[in-house]
Amino acid sequence: MKIAVCIKHVPARDSRLRIAPDGRWVEERDLSFEINEPDTYALEEGLRIKEKLGGEVLVVTAGPARAAEALKRGLAMGADRAIHLVGDSFTDGDAQSTARALAEALRPESPDLVLAGVQSDDKGYAATGVMLAQMLGLPHSTLIMEVEVGDGRVKVKREMESGWFEWLELPLPAALTIQSGINQVRYATLKGIMAAKKKEIRQVPTDGSAGQGRTRLEGLAFPSKESKAEIFEGDPKEAARKLWERLKKDGRLR
Amino acid sequence: MSGEIWVFAEERGGAVKPTSWEVLGAGQKLARELGRPLAAVVAASGAAPAAEALAARRVDRVLALEAPALEPYTPDAHAAALRAAIEADGPALVLFSHTYRIRDFVPRLAAELDAPYVPDCVGLSAGEGAPVLVRQVFQGKIDARVAVTGGSPVLATLQNGAFPADAVEDGAAPAPIERRRAALGEPPTRTRVLEVFEGVKDKVDLTRAEVIVAVGRGIGKQENLKVAQELAEALGAELAASRPVCDSEWLPMDRQIGSSGQTVAPRVYVAIGISGAIQHLVGMKGSGTIVAINKDPNAPIFQVADYGIVGDLFEVVPALTALARGG
Ligand SMILES: Cc1cc2nc3c(=O)[nH]c(=O)nc-3n(C[C@H](O)[C@H](O)[C@H](O)COP(=O)(O)OP(=O)(O)OC[C@H]3O[C@@H](n4cnc5c(N)ncnc54)[C@H](O)[C@@H]3O)c2cc1C
Ligand SMILES: Nc1ncnc2c1ncn2[C@@H]1O[C@H](COP(=O)(O)O)[C@@H](O)[C@H]1O
Repeated sequence: MKIAVCIKHVPARDSRLRIAPDGRWVEERDLSFEINEPDTYALEEGLRIKEKLGGEVLVVTAGPARAAEALKRGLAMGADRAIHLVGDSFTDGDAQSTARALAEALRPESPDLVLAGVQSDDKGYAATGVMLAQMLGLPHSTLIMEVEVGDGRVKVKREMESGWFEWLELPLPAALTIQSGINQVRYATLKGIMAAKKKEIRQVPTDGSAGQGRTRLEGLAFPSKESKAEIFEGDPKEAARKLWERLKKDGRLR
Repeated sequence: MSGEIWVFAEERGGAVKPTSWEVLGAGQKLARELGRPLAAVVAASGAAPAAEALAARRVDRVLALEAPALEPYTPDAHAAALRAAIEADGPALVLFSHTYRIRDFVPRLAAELDAPYVPDCVGLSAGEGAPVLVRQVFQGKIDARVAVTGGSPVLATLQNGAFPADAVEDGAAPAPIERRRAALGEPPTRTRVLEVFEGVKDKVDLTRAEVIVAVGRGIGKQENLKVAQELAEALGAELAASRPVCDSEWLPMDRQIGSSGQTVAPRVYVAIGISGAIQHLVGMKGSGTIVAINKDPNAPIFQVADYGIVGDLFEVVPALTALARGG
């Protein structure tokens, strides 16, 4: 089995965000970054399949120089090698231009299984994995909660809305987007981190076209503070007391 | 921009899926403002009942794409059916709701057509001749306008609940329905549907709870749950959670609120350490009074909350519990 996992390097979840002066993205300078959380489930699943069936896990990312950190982390978790499509222009791109770049890099690899996260925590298109499947000519399924690789086929459990699921079967090679809850993600061990230093990260330079999708973000703004919420101030005890009195006054609690 | 505006209506067992009415309402408004014709499009093995329901609304026409292989749903068949219709009729804009099914096949369709894809929009308005689309980035923390830089048609999905479902206008007379045999690939799909089933049977029914204390990842670890549990007990409330808490198996999956869990509307909903991602909000924003306790003043949960405390839940919640116990 050759398994390719797409991982994106995104601002850490609890980042304090500031909008860049041109209004097209956030100020990245003072942010810390991590692997897009949904992608950690995809990577964990890829590693588990490899451990069961043998083969190779390849992690791939498209992003600026800093994104190599995501690959190092993936290698430390147990991936065998990495491809880094290096380019600042990915920040301007959309799901389409990103998927196109990833497809070009993965086509010569002919993976049996391509795994992606359900969506990125920053841009959140929920589309790149599916577009990549189309561009590679692969059948796909999304929001996968269980994967059973068989002979030339893969059986998957797909999440549907409101607590419903379906079992599907697709021929291999195939592409899947992996949903949270499918597994508990391992930590990188010290041994893994040491071993990762010897693993290959192949850097592939890209031209600016990676940033030219069919759409572009602009005019980023925090939602207008029309929040109707009444915020109770003060130290925790005081704030709690104000809230409690209001709830009692409203008669919302017995 | 010339050409029709399409609203793709999702069909389920002969009926139109409720979120599709939200999209139709938004589509009607946009079509009127831009002076464009509006078509409702449905794809199913037998689309007639849904097509008739759509034709009763104010639309210029209904296009019903039919083929046996559209049931059960697979992305290959749906993308092919819609692709052929788009290539034949050339709409300028196709609107969808941002549901699981749409997320599954429309990105494939966009890639096939090399068309712009603008998912999960919270804003849709008539600009100068062209629609202005607004979507959220960073999980609802920031709004962004989306400029379309090429390709057609624009394929846009609208966030569930972002547009009112009761805005749909009826038509003066039923709109014409065109039933067309959907053109599918050969084979029509590579996916075999083996089984469709409900995850947890006999689940706790949180829809009956009058007060819910819901806990999110801000709780940190399973042992800390008792902080929320104690408040729930003091308030006589049911304990519920966001998805990460259930994913980590700190609470059983049937306590999850949101698009993949239960949808509730209790008298009081207390959200503790929950950021307020849209998939959570759709499950609870109909609640009577929403209370949010979160250390991040920019957490989107405060946009739907009635009352809030910005602070550390480990300080605020025990204080609240003490008050609740004291009566
Ligand atoms: C297809 C799909 C379906 C989904 N379905 C669901 C669903 O049904 N239900 C659901 O909930 N999610 C669902 N999700 C996941 C959803 O997108 C979010 O990831 C999830 O809701 C986040 O949960 P959270 O708010 O608990 O965690 P986070 O987003 O990590 O937020 C934690 C919050 O806790 C706060 N916090 C941290 N420490 C403290 C402290 N000491 N005191 C106070 N506050 C603190 C932080 O400021 C933060 O706002 C779904 C996602 C997808 C893609
Ligand atoms: N720049 C990128 N590099 C590698 N993988 C990516 C990139 N962008 C998106 N992906 C993958 O596609 C998934 C969906 O992203 P998105 O379509 O942006 O929501 C992510 O979870 C990743 O697995």
